[in-house]
Amino acid sequence: MEGLSNTVQEVFNEPACGKNLAKTDKERKKGCTQALQPGAAAGGCAFDGAKIALQPITDVAHLVHGPIACEGNSWDNRGAKSSGPLLYRTGFTTDINETDVVFGGEKRLFRAVKEILAKYDPPAVFVYQTCVTALIGDDIEALCKAASARFGRPVIPINAPGFVGSKNLGNKLAGEALLEYVIGTEEPAYTTPYDINIIGEYNLAGELWQVKPLLTELGIRVLSCLSGDARYHEVASSHRARAAMMVCSKAMINVARKMEERYGIPFFEGSFYGVSDMSEALREIARLLVARGAPGDLEDRTETLVAREEARAWSRLAAYRPRLQGKRVLLITGGVKSWSVVAALQEIGIEIVGTSVKKSTKEDKERIQKIMGDEAHMIEDMTPREMYKLLKDARADIMLSGGRSQFVALKAKVPWLDINQERHHAYAGYDGMVALVHEIDKALSNPIWGQVRRPAPWAAEGVS
Amino acid sequence: MSAPAAVFDHAPAPAAKACTVNPLKMSQPLGAALAYLGIAGSMPVLHGSQGCTAFGLVLFVRHFRESIPLQTTAMNEVTTILGGGDNIEKALLNIHKRAKPALIGIASTGLTETKGDDVAGDLRRIRAAHPELDMPIVYTSTPDYIGAFQDGWAKAVTGIIESLARPGTTVKGQVNILPGSHLTPGDVAELRDIVADFGLHPIVLPDLAGSLDGHVPDDFSPTSLGGTTVADIGRIGASEATIAIGEQMRHAAEVLTGKTGVPAKVFDRLTGLLAADDLFAYLSALSGRPVPEKYRRQRSQLVDAMLDAHFFFGGRRVAIGAEPDLLWTLGAWLKDMGCTLAAAVTTTDSPMLANLAACGARLGDLEDLEAEARDCDLLITHSHGRQAAQRLGIPLLRMGLPIFDRLGAGARIIVGYRGTRDLTFEVGNIFLAHGHELRPDDGTPGAAGGGCGGGSGAAPACAGACRDHHSITEA
Repeated sequence: MEGLSNTVQEVFNEPACGKNLAKTDKERKKGCTQALQPGAAAGGCAFDGAKIALQPITDVAHLVHGPIACEGNSWDNRGAKSSGPLLYRTGFTTDINETDVVFGGEKRLFRAVKEILAKYDPPAVFVYQTCVTALIGDDIEALCKAASARFGRPVIPINAPGFVGSKNLGNKLAGEALLEYVIGTEEPAYTTPYDINIIGEYNLAGELWQVKPLLTELGIRVLSCLSGDARYHEVASSHRARAAMMVCSKAMINVARKMEERYGIPFFEGSFYGVSDMSEALREIARLLVARGAPGDLEDRTETLVAREEARAWSRLAAYRPRLQGKRVLLITGGVKSWSVVAALQEIGIEIVGTSVKKSTKEDKERIQKIMGDEAHMIEDMTPREMYKLLKDARADIMLSGGRSQFVALKAKVPWLDINQERHHAYAGYDGMVALVHEIDKALSNPIWGQVRRPAPWAAEGVS
Repeated sequence: MSAPAAVFDHAPAPAAKACTVNPLKMSQPLGAALAYLGIAGSMPVLHGSQGCTAFGLVLFVRHFRESIPLQTTAMNEVTTILGGGDNIEKALLNIHKRAKPALIGIASTGLTETKGDDVAGDLRRIRAAHPELDMPIVYTSTPDYIGAFQDGWAKAVTGIIESLARPGTTVKGQVNILPGSHLTPGDVAELRDIVADFGLHPIVLPDLAGSLDGHVPDDFSPTSLGGTTVADIGRIGASEATIAIGEQMRHAAEVLTGKTGVPAKVFDRLTGLLAADDLFAYLSALSGRPVPEKYRRQRSQLVDAMLDAHFFFGGRRVAIGAEPDLLWTLGAWLKDMGCTLAAAVTTTDSPMLANLAACGARLGDLEDLEAEARDCDLLITHSHGRQAAQRLGIPLLRMGLPIFDRLGAGARIIVGYRGTRDLTFEVGNIFLAHGHELRPDDGTPGAAGGGCGGGSGAAPACAGACRDHHSITEA
C-alpha cells in the first residue's frame, strides 16, 4: 500500500496540469477532486476509472481481483468498440469468497491467471486491484511479477482500488501502470515519420473511426491509441511515436507528460468535438510531426483537407439552421467537451442557456466565457431538483447530458440527448458534429412531445 | 466457488475453477438496495466506497429506465481503517437535509464487512446524538463476497420486518404479499390485482409496482417514487395471512410469523397452469369466495394456449442462467411444457437447487452455461447472455436482471394464468421462428445438422436461419 500511496501523491503533483499548478502545496496534497461527501456523492471510484481507461485495449484479458460486486455488477456496460478482438468484452473476476477474505486471495488469483492463459491465450492479462483485496493485503504487484515469470506472458498489476479516490484518479493510476509495465517493452514492426499516439481516446460508439480515415488520408499512422480499439502490442511499442495528442480533458495527462520526458514525444491537448477543434487538432498533429522531421508538405496537405472538410461540414450543418435557429440547449457535461461543442452549436443558431463547468479547468472556463460572452451561464453544480425545475419551466428546449440525468429531463417531458460514455451515437470529427446536430434535430422534432405534454382528458376540468 | 456438495447427489459438481468468466451473479448489496426501493419515499444507502453505489446505480437505471435514488457513505482508505461510523453519520444527516426520505435503508458491502464495522452500534450512537433523524433506519449486513443478489433482497425484507413489523389485532381480509426479487413490477401489480379481486386487501412488501413501474410523477422526487408506505409496514402484523413468492422469501415470512403470529404460505412459483391453480385455490379458500369469472376465463385461455403451443415446445432443449427462484420458475414451467432443461446455472445456494439437480443445475457463470448450451435451442438469461447467444447461434430470451438492451423489462408479466399465457406465446414464437426447415440437401449423408447450434456441416443449409438468430441476439 505504501507504493500505491506514493503513486497517488505523485499523480496529485502533476506538473503539466494547469489546474494543479494554481494550487498551494497543501491543496495539491488533497488531490484533484473535491472531497467525497457521504450521502451526497455521485460518480465512480478509482477502480471504475482504471477500468474505463484500460478496458478498450481489446485483446487483453481484464481480470478483476475482488468480490463479485466490482465486475459482476458492472461488466460489458460501456460502448468502447473494437475493430477486431472481442476478448475485452469478456468478464473475468476472481469472485472471492469469505474463505479468501480470511486466508487471502493470492492463490486464487494466481490460478485464475493460469486458467485465463490456458483457455484464452491473450497477449497479456491486466489484474485490477479492488478495495477488499487491497484491505486484506493481497500483493498483486508481487503476484503479477511471479506470474509473468512463471508463464512467460505479461501479467500487469493495475493498482487502483476503489477507495483511494475518484474515477479521475483511477484514470491516472491506470496510466501509471502502463508507463511502469507496458509502454516501451516491445518494438513496432516498423516506424514512419508520421506515427502518432492518441492519448485518452476510448473509441466510444466507434468515434475514433470518424477521425482515423482523415489521418490515413494525410498519411498519418496512429501507432497507438490509449486506449480505444488498441492492441497490447501497439501500447507496448507506443514509445516510438513522433508526436502525441491528448484528448479527454486531463484524464491521462501524466501519461502524455511522462512519455514526453522519457521518449521525447511532444504532445498537445486537443479535442475531436466541434468543427474548429477538429481542424485545430489536425493542424497541431501536422505541425508537431513536421517539427520532428516529417516532410513539410504535410502541413499544406492538412490545410487543403481541413478547408475541404470544413466547407463540407458547414454546408451540411447549414441545412439544420432553419430548423434549429433559436432553440435553447442546456449542456450538462464535464471538461473539455463543453466549450468545443458550444461553438459549433452557436454557429447554426442554437442558444446555449447554460453549461456545466464542474469538471472544467480554469482555461476551459475562460474559453467558454470567450465563446459565450458575458451572458455565459456557467453552472458549477446543479441539483437534479434545480435541473428539473429549469426544464419544467421550459427554460430550455433540450438537455444534453450523461445518462445519470436522463430521467430528470424525460420526466419533465423535455427532449434529451446522451453525450456521455454510454451513448450509442458517435460525435467526433466533422461527421460526428453533423451527427450530433442531426440527433438534436431528431429529438426536438419528434411528434411525441406534443402528445405527452397534453393533459389527460380528465385533467381538463382542473381535476387531476 | 465451492458448490454445496450435498445438493448435487445426482450431478457431481465439476472441478472448481478459480476464475469466474462472464459473471451471471450480482452482489448482495444491490439486492438489498432494490428491496429498499420498493418502500415509498425511501433512500437506500450502500455503506462502502462510492463505486459500489455508482455501479448499482448504472445497473438499475439501465434496467428500469428510471432515476434511481441510491446513496453512498463514500468510504475511502483512511475512513475504512478508522471505522465508518462518522461517514454513516454524515451520510444520514446529508440525506435527511437534502431528501427528507420516509425511510433510509443501509446495506453494508464487502469493504466495510472486511473491516468489521459495527453498524448497529454506530446507528444507536447516531440516533442518540441526532433526534432530528426521525425516519426509520433499517440496516442489513450484505457482504459482497457471500451469496448473491436475491440473498441481499431477502435479507433486507427480513430486516425491514424485524425493525418495523409489530403484532396487531387481525383485520379481516388484509393479506401480506412478500414477492421475491425475481418478480418484476409488472408481476407484482398483477398479483396485487388478483388478490384484490378476491375482495382481499393486499399489502405488498416491497412494492416495486408502486415505485419502479415506470410512470411520470407530477413533480420531482429525490426519493423512490412510490411503494409500500411506512404506515402500511406498521400494519402487516394485523394481516390474516402472508403470501410469500419464491423460496428466498420463506425466512422473511417465518420471521414475520414469529413476530406477529400471522400465518404464512410460500408459493415456490406462480408460473404454469398447476402452479397458478394452487394460488387461485388458496385465495378462494382464504377469502371464502369463488374464483371470479374473469380468472376462470383466463384459465381456459391458458389451457387453450398450451394446446396450441405444445407442438413447438416438446423436446426442445433449453439452457437457463438465472438466480435460484427464477431458474426454478422457468425451468419447472418449461418441463411442464415438454422441454428438456439441458443446462442450468445459478448464482447462490438454495433448497430449490435440489429439485433441479437431476438436470445438472449448479452454481456457475455464463462461461459454464455457454459450454453446456452447445446443442440447445434456446438460451434464457439476462442481457449479459447476448455475447454467448451470438457465439452459439441460438436465440436469447432475456430474463432476470439486468436487461439493458431491451425495453419494458419491468413491465413483463409471467405470473398467474394470463402471465403464463403471455410467456407461452413469447417462448413458443421463438421456437416457431427458429424451427429447422428441411432443405434439398439435408438428405445427403453427413449434411443433416438438426439445428444451427454450431455443427460445421450444417452451415450452408442453416445459413439463413443463423442470420435470423443473429438479428435476434445482437444488441
